Amino acid sequence: MLWLIVLGTSLVCFTTKVAGYLIPERWFHHERVQRINALMPIVLLSALVAVQSLTTKTHLVIDHRLGGIAVALGALLLRAPFPLVVLSAALTSGLLVHWHLG
Amino acid sequence: MAFTVGLYGTAFGAASVAAGLSVLQTCLLSLLTFTGASQFAAVGVVSAGGGAAAAIATAGLLGTRNALYGLQMAPRVQLRGWRRILAAHWTIDESTNVGIAQEPLGPAAVKAGFWLTGGGVYLFWNLFTLAGALGAKAIGTPEVWGLDAAVPAAFLGLLWPRLTSRATRIIALSAVVFSLMATAALPLGTAIIASSLVAVVAGWRAR
Repeated sequence: MLWLIVLGTSLVCFTTKVAGYLIPERWFHHERVQRINALMPIVLLSALVAVQSLTTKTHLVIDHRLGGIAVALGALLLRAPFPLVVLSAALTSGLLVHWHLG
Repeated sequence: MAFTVGLYGTAFGAASVAAGLSVLQTCLLSLLTFTGASQFAAVGVVSAGGGAAAAIATAGLLGTRNALYGLQMAPRVQLRGWRRILAAHWTIDESTNVGIAQEPLGPAAVKAGFWLTGGGVYLFWNLFTLAGALGAKAIGTPEVWGLDAAVPAAFLGLLWPRLTSRATRIIALSAVVFSLMATAALPLGTAIIASSLVAVVAGWRAR
């Protein structure tokens, strides 16, 4: 299954890029298509943040990851650069695990 | 930018190995897919227990913006044959943004900006993916190093600059609530792809 995901994801993403160079521009001119397309990354990234920090399998779980995400959120509010955001989250979460708090 | 790409690539390599992919599979994803958010999404769905269809569909939906970038770059790079295919493969957030930012300096600067950024990011992205994958393989348990929190934090960092208005923040919060409910209610690993419905519903009606 992992090989299918690796090759399938690559094929779909590569085809999408090539399509941008080949399909006529007017296909994208529908206002509704553009609006949905602009919202898609916002929605999917939000869902990924929530699911990856608050769930395990099909359960809601509050653990060390939430501590990491809270610190990342604080770093973003303080306008920290991207690497610092990720590192601060990892460090917080790792320490919570280390101290058996999560 | 190289530093950011490097760290992000390392995080991807590590996250992918932590999700259960081999070092080879991880590196192939970076070489062949080469669009960060989609790669993270694919391994994210895997670690959330999702199947192949959910992983590929989520990654594909996140990659649709690259088609819009291609639309913008096609008249600017003006190429045929294999170079056009390579240009398409290197058409990502960074190369498109840098290329178009050179517009005031003329068409040659646009091309130079696009190719240098695309090639540079491709090189760094793949080198650091390998480094991250090998590193994660060496250290074993991802929890101890906070890797399982680094991945959602990376998603949050990608999301943050897109939350430019009240409307986008409300839609993001709706997606959070929807995805958590969907996690409890739907089959394992389908919550994220199901959340794309929020974008369709929100984008359907005019603002």
